Amino acid sequence: MKAFTVHEGIAAPMDRANVDTDLIIPKQFLKSIKRSGFGPNLFDELRYLDEGQPGQDCSGRPLNQDFPLNFPRYQGASILLARENFGCGSSREHAPWALEDYGFRCIIAPSFADIFYNNCFKNGVLPIVLSEEQVEQLFAEMYAQEGYALTVDLQEQKVLTPSGEVMPFQVDAFRRQCLLQGLDDIGLTLQRADAIRAYEEKWRQQSPWLFGAIK
Amino acid sequence: MWPPRSSSAAQKHRSTGLMGLTLFDKLWQEHLVEQQPDGTDLIYIDRVFLHERTGSIALSSLAAAGRRVFCPQQVFCCMDHIVDTYPDRSDDTTMPSGRDFIVATREGAQAAGLNLFDLDDPRQGIVHVVSPEQGIAQPGLTLVCPDSHTCTQGALGALAWGIGSSEAEHALVTKTLRVKRPRSMRVRFTGELQPGVTAKDMILYLIGRHGAAGGSGCAVEFSGPAVQALDMEARMTLCNMAVEFSAFTGLIAPDAATLAYLQGRPYAPRGEHWTAAEAYWRTLYSDADAVFDAELEVDCGNIQPQVTWGTSPQHVVDVTARVPAAVSTDVVSTDAVSTDAVSADDASTDAGDAAGRARALDYMGLEAGAAIAGTPIDCAFIGSCTNARISDLRLAAAVLRGRRVRPGLRAICVPGSMQVRAQAEREGLDQVFRAAGFEWRASGCSMCFYAGGEHFGFQQRVVSTTNRNFESRQGPQTRTHLASPATVAASAVTGVITDPREMLSQ
Repeated sequence: MKAFTVHEGIAAPMDRANVDTDLIIPKQFLKSIKRSGFGPNLFDELRYLDEGQPGQDCSGRPLNQDFPLNFPRYQGASILLARENFGCGSSREHAPWALEDYGFRCIIAPSFADIFYNNCFKNGVLPIVLSEEQVEQLFAEMYAQEGYALTVDLQEQKVLTPSGEVMPFQVDAFRRQCLLQGLDDIGLTLQRADAIRAYEEKWRQQSPWLFGAIK
Repeated sequence: MWPPRSSSAAQKHRSTGLMGLTLFDKLWQEHLVEQQPDGTDLIYIDRVFLHERTGSIALSSLAAAGRRVFCPQQVFCCMDHIVDTYPDRSDDTTMPSGRDFIVATREGAQAAGLNLFDLDDPRQGIVHVVSPEQGIAQPGLTLVCPDSHTCTQGALGALAWGIGSSEAEHALVTKTLRVKRPRSMRVRFTGELQPGVTAKDMILYLIGRHGAAGGSGCAVEFSGPAVQALDMEARMTLCNMAVEFSAFTGLIAPDAATLAYLQGRPYAPRGEHWTAAEAYWRTLYSDADAVFDAELEVDCGNIQPQVTWGTSPQHVVDVTARVPAAVSTDVVSTDAVSTDAVSADDASTDAGDAAGRARALDYMGLEAGAAIAGTPIDCAFIGSCTNARISDLRLAAAVLRGRRVRPGLRAICVPGSMQVRAQAEREGLDQVFRAAGFEWRASGCSMCFYAGGEHFGFQQRVVSTTNRNFESRQGPQTRTHLASPATVAASAVTGVITDPREMLSQ
């Protein structure tokens, strides 16, 4: 997993509430058992005018010029500004894979769906929760200023706007650590193997049917 | 949803150690291995389910990392998401490269020694149908699956929730997950359901009233006399859509109905184990003095058959109502317009969702103010982990018996499992469906979603027993109306969205 420490990048809008993972990456593109290569189909329905086919080369497809990610000003964006309940619906991890593959390292929204939020951290994408007002302000500033870029500092847990305004954010210590160092949490949890085995022994005594009755 | 709402009254309450616990508290505490210094809890996972779409990825990724499954006999693999449901299906699927997922799952499961309900297994079916049916989901255990509808299995009093593929790897290798403790919510359903009104209508009504984010960050316990009166399959329908309410999961305290349902199922405990398990299961309820972070109450006497009109499950009205306008203040009219979507407690959701509603109306090709009943449909779909169990098929068949699907309309029934299909055939229900003009399929998730395989046509209007009416969910720009099996069957007969109660009473 890519580490995330400090990231500066252009912000782009996904200006609607309840963006579900079907919209982020429609199911027909989940055609590969690999974790990469989903970027060209990110927001496929909104991004292109034609009906995309799995396995198709997207480079020649007609773009929906009304969709902000296709605007020249948002090319190269790596920070997505979004609205409430971003990432709801299906648990597919392809959603953060597609966002990451497209080039997004950070998503800022007033709230996220649980599974999506967790999935982001597992894949080097930082989801940041700011207040409705702060998100509204960022949207307004972004719309007003072409090339609007933000600096996200995970070490300091701060979003820095071009005018120098600082917006602190919260993130779990464990997730922050894993992301800062690009660490794999399975390895870390395995360090607790003794505690897990001790628990399991106690649980086996208490609930033998969960262990004995299988097969 | 993240972030969880702050200030947990229940947490303070629990910390005193003197007062009662909720069902969720009990399940959580029993499975707590240890609290991590960062505030997350390391939770022991009793059982893991995988399916070929996300499970294949987890298994390949594990193998690539050289990691081993901690406890293979507690892991179960289903083939449901990508498999075709044509009777003569094979590993080759309508979806391009579907075979890769199926083969990777089969080989991964065999290599790791996992339980596998393969394509030709008579137990094959949708994971959340198969697990309870086989007695694998049980009260008091933790169960996860890289599938958001895992909450379905909370109906048995299990703590069951959906995760991502990477978390599934974590659970497979460590037998645990690091989880931030969710908040607790109780939804009490009081009163009695009217005839022709089902658990599907209850959950759609709840989501319509309190919004698609209404249960965000919460483990939601469904309780009250109307829940206790539901059979186990209806309880599964109720819990299934907890995730459409943005809940961490849904759950229902086990009772006599739960025990009766489980006893004798293949993976249910037997003999002394049953006796011991039953004694434990009987302690699994929310104490009378337990405190929840949030409580809601719904009077079931007010619930009419529900049907969605838009592209979020919260876009729902009574089948007798009219399609609301984008701005809710415009929609209140004198006749049967439902108050659900425009209730006062929902005002904030409404204001924020005005743009979403306008877009939904446009997408769905509907006029604000038009009656939802009478809307012509192209297709009817009975299937999915929400509503494809035997009781759902019986209900639909009760409507379809002696009737025919409107000519030109495509109607499909996909049983939730091959066991459900076999039972339906024993009861002659397949003949009812076929005689009415329904296609009768093998089991799988099928056209609950468009996965590159079989799908409904461009902008076709589908009335469906499934759980998501998102844009293009069932095919390119398909227009999905979620409803109960009775409503879907009745609509298939008339060719327009139809209140099923008249046909059910005849």
